[in-house]
Amino acid sequence: MPAFSCAFPGCRRDLLVIVLVVFVGIGLPIEASAPAYQSHGTEGSYLTNVTNTKKAFPVLAVNYKHVRQPFEIALWILLALLMKLGFHLIPRLSGVVPESCLLIVVGLLVGGLIKVIGEEPPVLDSQLFFLCLLPPIILDAGYFLPIRPFTENVGTILVFAVIGTLWNTFFMGGLLYALCQIESVGLGGVDLLACLLFGSIVSAVDPVAVLAVFEEIHINELVHILVFGESLLNDAVTVVLYNLFEEFAKVGTVTVLDVFLGVVCFFVVSLGGVLVGAIYGFLAAFTSRFTSHTRVIEPLFVFLYSYMAYLSSEMFHLSGIMALIVCGVVMRPYVEANISHKSYTTIKYFLKMWSSVSETLIFIFLGVSTVAGPHAWNWTFVITTVILCLVSRVLGVIGLTFIINKFRIVKLTKKDQFIVAYGGLRGAIAFSLGYLLSNRHQMRNLFLTAIITVIFFTVFVQGMTIRPLVELLAVKKKKESKPSINEEIHTEFLNHLLTGVEGVCGHYGHYHWKEKLNRFNKTYVKRWLIAGENFKEPELIAFYRKMELKQAIMMVESGQLPSALPSTISMQNIQPRAIPRVSKKREEEIRRILRSNLQNNKQKMRSRSYSRHTLFDADEEDNVSEVRLRKTKMEMERRMSHYLTVPANRESPRPGVRRVRFESDNQVFSADSVPTVHFEQPSPPSTPDAVSLEEEVPKRPSLEADIEGPRGNASDNHQGELDYQRLARCLSDPGPNKDKEEDDPFMSC
Amino acid sequence: MGASQSAGTEHEFQDMADRTGFSLEQIGNINKRFRQLSNNEETLSREDLASIPALDNNPIRAQIINAFFDKRNLHQNETGTVQEIGFEEFLMVMTHFRPAAMGLTEEERENLRREKLRFLFNMHDTDSDGTINLEEYRRVVEELLSKAGTIGQETAKAIADAAMLEVASTTRGKMEPDEFYEGITFENFLQILNTFDIETRMHVRFLNMDTATLRCGKSK
Repeated sequence: MPAFSCAFPGCRRDLLVIVLVVFVGIGLPIEASAPAYQSHGTEGSYLTNVTNTKKAFPVLAVNYKHVRQPFEIALWILLALLMKLGFHLIPRLSGVVPESCLLIVVGLLVGGLIKVIGEEPPVLDSQLFFLCLLPPIILDAGYFLPIRPFTENVGTILVFAVIGTLWNTFFMGGLLYALCQIESVGLGGVDLLACLLFGSIVSAVDPVAVLAVFEEIHINELVHILVFGESLLNDAVTVVLYNLFEEFAKVGTVTVLDVFLGVVCFFVVSLGGVLVGAIYGFLAAFTSRFTSHTRVIEPLFVFLYSYMAYLSSEMFHLSGIMALIVCGVVMRPYVEANISHKSYTTIKYFLKMWSSVSETLIFIFLGVSTVAGPHAWNWTFVITTVILCLVSRVLGVIGLTFIINKFRIVKLTKKDQFIVAYGGLRGAIAFSLGYLLSNRHQMRNLFLTAIITVIFFTVFVQGMTIRPLVELLAVKKKKESKPSINEEIHTEFLNHLLTGVEGVCGHYGHYHWKEKLNRFNKTYVKRWLIAGENFKEPELIAFYRKMELKQAIMMVESGQLPSALPSTISMQNIQPRAIPRVSKKREEEIRRILRSNLQNNKQKMRSRSYSRHTLFDADEEDNVSEVRLRKTKMEMERRMSHYLTVPANRESPRPGVRRVRFESDNQVFSADSVPTVHFEQPSPPSTPDAVSLEEEVPKRPSLEADIEGPRGNASDNHQGELDYQRLARCLSDPGPNKDKEEDDPFMSC
Repeated sequence: MGASQSAGTEHEFQDMADRTGFSLEQIGNINKRFRQLSNNEETLSREDLASIPALDNNPIRAQIINAFFDKRNLHQNETGTVQEIGFEEFLMVMTHFRPAAMGLTEEERENLRREKLRFLFNMHDTDSDGTINLEEYRRVVEELLSKAGTIGQETAKAIADAAMLEVASTTRGKMEPDEFYEGITFENFLQILNTFDIETRMHVRFLNMDTATLRCGKSK
């Protein structure tokens, strides 16, 4: 919007505020005056049959009722997103205050505004929350759950989730009951079961809040997965405890049988949720096997199967969150092997988008509900609740870690424990569960107030201070490492090594079972769930191709010349010796390799085996890599022919000049030609065939890229020239013609 | 084991425990396993290790077995391989898979890293010249992908080349076109696996558990 760009800094923010106020200003009166318009609409329809008052044909009429609900929903979402946008425009604010806090504040403001106008502000409807707002966030978390750290720490996570939550519930419930017994507080009517119910609601760590805050602090993987995993898995416990105590509170008494049934119920709820999720996950994987002709609807299968898993388990009062997570985790490896690259991107972006919108809406509604909700404030109760929350969490974490560390190889340090304890945030799930409490509970309003206070405290105080605390305590941050192929190789190597050593030791340990699972997966499961021949592809190769593809796309998108990249190591640095001494035998070999590589290429194109990674799936894939490869081949061929005709001494020693002349000679100065020069960068070359080609043609490209290096050494270049010439002559027989031949069917795809 | 023999071995075990840092119990377990593998003889040969069924499906089986007989891993400053190893050498190789104890100083942690990475390095550097050259690295990747069938062959080469390029550029930065990068030295190896938390990953739980949970009866 160029018309609105201003010179001075505060202008942008003011503009945004004005826009928002206008929106809110328009939205609210429309809502408020909806009834008036409604009657006008119906009146108009009656009059057409009655002829005593003839109205003129309404050219312009307003019928708000017709669009009321979608309009309001869209307006709320738009408002939420504009707020989110606004925060990021204000630079310093988003660095200090986590987004969740800001959104709650906005919710409070909006709620206040609505109240001032005189309307009833909407409350976060529990059904809306549990059925619409929560699933996208959980699916996003589950689908992209980092599996390796999760499975390595699953024991610890389960202990924290189950035992930690139980401890919190009983500790808080018990102590609050004791508090209520004290005469002076004036809460004598609260019985033990009600307190325990309250404890169960407020003790569960909330995944939404944890995600919102932890995402911004980039803490190390271990702590992140511990807190996050706990927040996901404690859903089963919360569901069971909540239902249990609600039932008991109705009846009023508890027997031993009830307790036993409660325990059984816990296992049923959690394992049932897992089972439902797994079933839907396998269904989704199986379905994705057949989608190669209808790529467009692939993402929908992923979303719908997951949502069905959630709804199905909610139907049976099983743990919906666990079902959703398991579904995402189970279907991901198979689905990703089957779907196209575009579908993968779509799934990723839609999940991120929906979860982002959900999160924003949840926090705003939390703020609005605070203003709206019926409150019953009791200083003692509320303050005690907050303090007890903190205390029980800290005690629980310390106690459990003490026990867990006996079984862990990598022990949890004090710093880790602190962050785990401090990161136990409560959020909207607690509020919704509280809201679901039937009005029978006389203490409902009190509980709601206390819950909201706890949520505010954890999100505001803990959320805001966790980042400076992390800095202060110098807790290990997340390692931002690029995917390195060496690491990948060694990860696999290490896995096999450790499995082998375990075999030598005769110990059926962690790696042994993982290996068995992998083998079972490969021989039986993958056969059924993965389309085509993909299931045989080992992880290392998949990783490598992914890297290639990513780099190809990145390069074409950036369109930059590789002189921007620092290193100039090329293949020749690693094995130059093969090149100068090109014997007859090697010549033959080179020719054979080139020919077979190009043939392989053609075969691969035809078999369409790698549906996601294939570079030649022309009908729906990005033609990026294919185009690039094509141009690379043409480029290579052109260059070879060029240099064959040019005598060795013609080039001048200065690389800058050479570069210019080269490009003008061949008239290829586009982003796509860059790949050829790109080969000597540290990233892996584009395809196996390109490697072999490039290996034999090393020196020319590297000389071009090396602009910055002061290369006064003319003799080097000359030597390079001669070598190149020698090689080019070797290749000259099959070289260009062969390429030309191969290129034609190439291009016809 | 007769009484006199057990007294003698007790003393040896204590000695080994002091030197390697294992507990007496762990050494006892490892000894039991050793006896099992070697059919109650004093030394272990390659055939004994090769006959372990659990290793059958392992793609790097040969390298693992070689590692046990590699002199460089036996804390001697020699190179080459031996044909048979005794219990002490077996234990020496196992020390590389000890987990990192808590409360290590920075220096101790660094030493542990070096020790474990040295073991890995030795496994790759088959000609014992101190560097991993391109051929050796290619072989490593080929072995890793050997169970993958024919898809692996050329891609293995490409992957190894790419990995080598990565190492060269990370460790040497810019190089003149006619310079030759001989291979990955141990220092380079340390550098590229810098972010790899090997001291926590390279361990076998066996060495941490007591006899109650041990299943040494089953394996052979």
